[in-house]
Amino acid sequence: MTTVTEQPTTTLKKGFIGQSIPRKEDRRLVQGQGTFFDDVRRHGMAYVHFVRSPYAHARIVSVDVSKALELEGVYGTITGDEVAIQTDPFFEMSVEPGNKIKDYALAVGKVRHMGEPVAAVAAATRELARDAAELIEVEYEPLPVVLDGEEALKDEVILHEEAGSNVVWSGVFEWGDPDRALAEADHVVRIERLYFHRFSSTPLECAGALVEYDKGTGEWTIICNHQMPGVGAIWMAPALRVGIDKLRFVTHDIGGGFGNKICLHPQYVVLCLLARKLGRPVQWTEWRTDQHTANAHGNERTFLDVEVAVKADGELTGFKVRAIDDCGAFPRYEPLGCIIWAQVTPGMYRWRNIRVDFTQVCTNKSPVSPNRGYSRMQHLWLTERIIDIVAHELGFDPVEIRKRNYVKAEEMPYETPNGCVYDSGDYAAALDQALELIDYGSIEERRREAAARGKLLGVGIGSTLDSGTNNFGQSTLLNPDLQFSGNNEAASVKLDIFGEVVVTLGTVPQGQGHETTAAQVVADILGCSPDQVNVRRGHDTWFNSHAGFSGTYASQFAFTGLGAVKGAAELLRDEMVKLAAFVLQVDESQIELADGMARVKDGPPEAALPFMALGAIVNANNAFLPPDFNPTLNHRYVCRPYFGVVDKERKTGKLTLTYAVQVHAAVVEIDPETGEVEIVDYAAVDDCGVRIHPQIVEGQVHGATAHAIGAALYEAFVYDEEGTLLTANFYDYHVPHALDMPPLKTGALESPSPVAPLGAKGMGEGGGGGIHCLCAAIQDALRPAGAPIVWASHNPPHRVWEMLQDPEATRRNVTVESR
Amino acid sequence: MATTPVSSKVVSLEINGEQVELEVPARRLLVHFLRDDLGLTGTHVGCDTGNCGACTVHLNGLPVKSCMLLAVQADGARIRTVEGLAPDGELTPLQRAFNEHHALQCGYCTPGMLMSATALLERNPHPTEEEVRIALQGNICRCTGYVNIVEAVLAASRGESA
Repeated sequence: MTTVTEQPTTTLKKGFIGQSIPRKEDRRLVQGQGTFFDDVRRHGMAYVHFVRSPYAHARIVSVDVSKALELEGVYGTITGDEVAIQTDPFFEMSVEPGNKIKDYALAVGKVRHMGEPVAAVAAATRELARDAAELIEVEYEPLPVVLDGEEALKDEVILHEEAGSNVVWSGVFEWGDPDRALAEADHVVRIERLYFHRFSSTPLECAGALVEYDKGTGEWTIICNHQMPGVGAIWMAPALRVGIDKLRFVTHDIGGGFGNKICLHPQYVVLCLLARKLGRPVQWTEWRTDQHTANAHGNERTFLDVEVAVKADGELTGFKVRAIDDCGAFPRYEPLGCIIWAQVTPGMYRWRNIRVDFTQVCTNKSPVSPNRGYSRMQHLWLTERIIDIVAHELGFDPVEIRKRNYVKAEEMPYETPNGCVYDSGDYAAALDQALELIDYGSIEERRREAAARGKLLGVGIGSTLDSGTNNFGQSTLLNPDLQFSGNNEAASVKLDIFGEVVVTLGTVPQGQGHETTAAQVVADILGCSPDQVNVRRGHDTWFNSHAGFSGTYASQFAFTGLGAVKGAAELLRDEMVKLAAFVLQVDESQIELADGMARVKDGPPEAALPFMALGAIVNANNAFLPPDFNPTLNHRYVCRPYFGVVDKERKTGKLTLTYAVQVHAAVVEIDPETGEVEIVDYAAVDDCGVRIHPQIVEGQVHGATAHAIGAALYEAFVYDEEGTLLTANFYDYHVPHALDMPPLKTGALESPSPVAPLGAKGMGEGGGGGIHCLCAAIQDALRPAGAPIVWASHNPPHRVWEMLQDPEATRRNVTVESR
Repeated sequence: MATTPVSSKVVSLEINGEQVELEVPARRLLVHFLRDDLGLTGTHVGCDTGNCGACTVHLNGLPVKSCMLLAVQADGARIRTVEGLAPDGELTPLQRAFNEHHALQCGYCTPGMLMSATALLERNPHPTEEEVRIALQGNICRCTGYVNIVEAVLAASRGESA
């Protein structure tokens, strides 16, 4: 067990895995020499601006573009009518009724959320495009709106008439025997309602693309910041009625993604149509207000009728819950969120009897998309709320009840009730380390000291799993007819003519440092320095180094991305060894790769071939090689993790393969006069198995924690009763600034994954622990003030103040039946 | 005398030590002038309300958000952008500290952070942590939680970078 302190960053020695070497990406980025999509220019390119709905729900009576087209410098427009003729609706993944929803690239017939694109205009400058958009006249006939998930279930206002209901997907998951667990429990704790709010990670670079159409070949080149182009193409190509080979995605540097750049296919299809229609490159950069209003919110979820079975000694044996997930106006990536949570069904606990009745609905709000911790975070928040409410109401110590119910280190690998396998970890040790970092032993003394100053001090724990390497077969638990399963990622590694090691990745990094970590792995395998390894920036479909599920999402780079890099580098290594053995006329077993050379072990200095010699022989000087020996020194490898097949009847299977752990602990002080929460101490402990680059791992922990603190205290997408978003920019949607962030203490454990190629688990999405621990800390702090129950994931001062004013209102939300 | 509104104006300014004279639309933002007209794409745009600070540049030595100024307002000014920090490729101690302390992930906010922090260190070479955080409060980062950015600025102020 080590507590992360500063890592050495300068001295390089073998092996590079495990060292925090200076990131390869940084040199260009600190000089403003990164290339983001909006930095790319093309001759004669047009700037695109979308005309967006001011209404949350309205029928489109007419769209008149004539005045816009009269403006000098305007190249053209596109409307929903053209989209309806030239494209097909996007593929829907749900069963009925969700699969009847027709989702087009622009609104057709009606609008269903504020900010929904209705038309687009392309012009010579950004300013002109905006002016022209103002001249497009759209007549609307407003309709009643539905903004709440439970209200939407009544189907009094229906968004998608063709579906006949607002329900996207609905189903019951039951494992074990929760009714029996409740019948046999000594205490049954019932929680009427818990609410996980709507927010998103809001990457600083907004979405966008530059799209070129080649009339001769019918191919589009999309220079963009899509973080999952493989899947983007699966949506786009059928909608555009072309083969997937007609879409070339190119990314360079991407300014953050966090899942929010996965559902960009509607806008990109509009750009493809405009580029083809106008015969010129078109460029669209989303405005911040548009990103907040109409791109990618996180899933909002209400948990109803929670029933928890508790034994007298604090053992938790089961729970039941009804979950209503609000995905906004269109399902897009959904209903995958209706199953993704099941990767972490029992959280970190040994619950064996669980029933989740899950329904997803549409409302007149922005569509959702995956957001850091996607769908698991909401569910893990539920499990942590259950733990802390049970402890609060039954008088258990929050640390002890966790340790009693955590999956134990000696039980690893542990199979959950729904067939997922937690691969490794020591949850109690992670908790102990977090508690040590916040000096848990002194809490009561600090509580008294704070009370003397008129402050309410509380402590909270948030334990969370970061499940990684998605099995897309879980989608068939929602829709048995879907033809998705498994996962894959590709990489290629080659030795070029002058000895250059060149790596291309299928992953699409957005700040995770893949160029650096891939170089570390390749350097260790080939026996050279990471400086000698050129990892190509970004993604290009033409690299041919991607696979069907390529992208950076679902905490899987350490497994699939680096697994592919490792596989390709090993193929190259084996061939280099074989080539060197042939040239030096020794047995392959006598060759070692080291110091950028293939040399005879313990041989004389001249018995060595620098990489340059190997590259030159194969690429430029190969006449002497015999016909039956044909090295290419250019290898592509696809990492295909093994999951087995999911059981559609029992709804079980390996939904993911690795389970990184984060335990967060926070100490807060609340001002009872204002309800303001101040974080006075904070620690996060991460265990993601082998850390390829500890500094990058710690950076991910910092960043995810900042997102959690923002979500818990500051960030919420709030709508008025007409469906107008009230927090549509960084004025009203306050993300943490440097002064808002408390000092963060971090710790690390390393429980290597027995299933991952490098023992490294995907990580980066464990930040939800911050939301859990702040909710717990607030509840703990408010205990002397009427002991209210924290029921929402977002607790700004006004909500804390409300709990202070009327603690009973929240206490009525919870009942305890003891037998 | 009534004035006739003009739709464009010739501006003349010094950018990263070079004199530039160009006609710009009167309503063009300074940030779009830098990015689209001069190709200085290191300066970024992260919001449309002046909150995020990704577009921070120095105007006559002071950090300003270049999305909150029109290009014509910068007429006659001396501008420094992130491209002007290390014109010969020799990184400044602050840029090196950002690399050593992992003060950037996606790198999108980094130019603005560097310009705000450079301005701070120029007027206050030895700031406290609180002073660093105050100087950076107009710059949003969504990746790092600011921890390593603050560390990097303090390390640079102590002359610790390699």
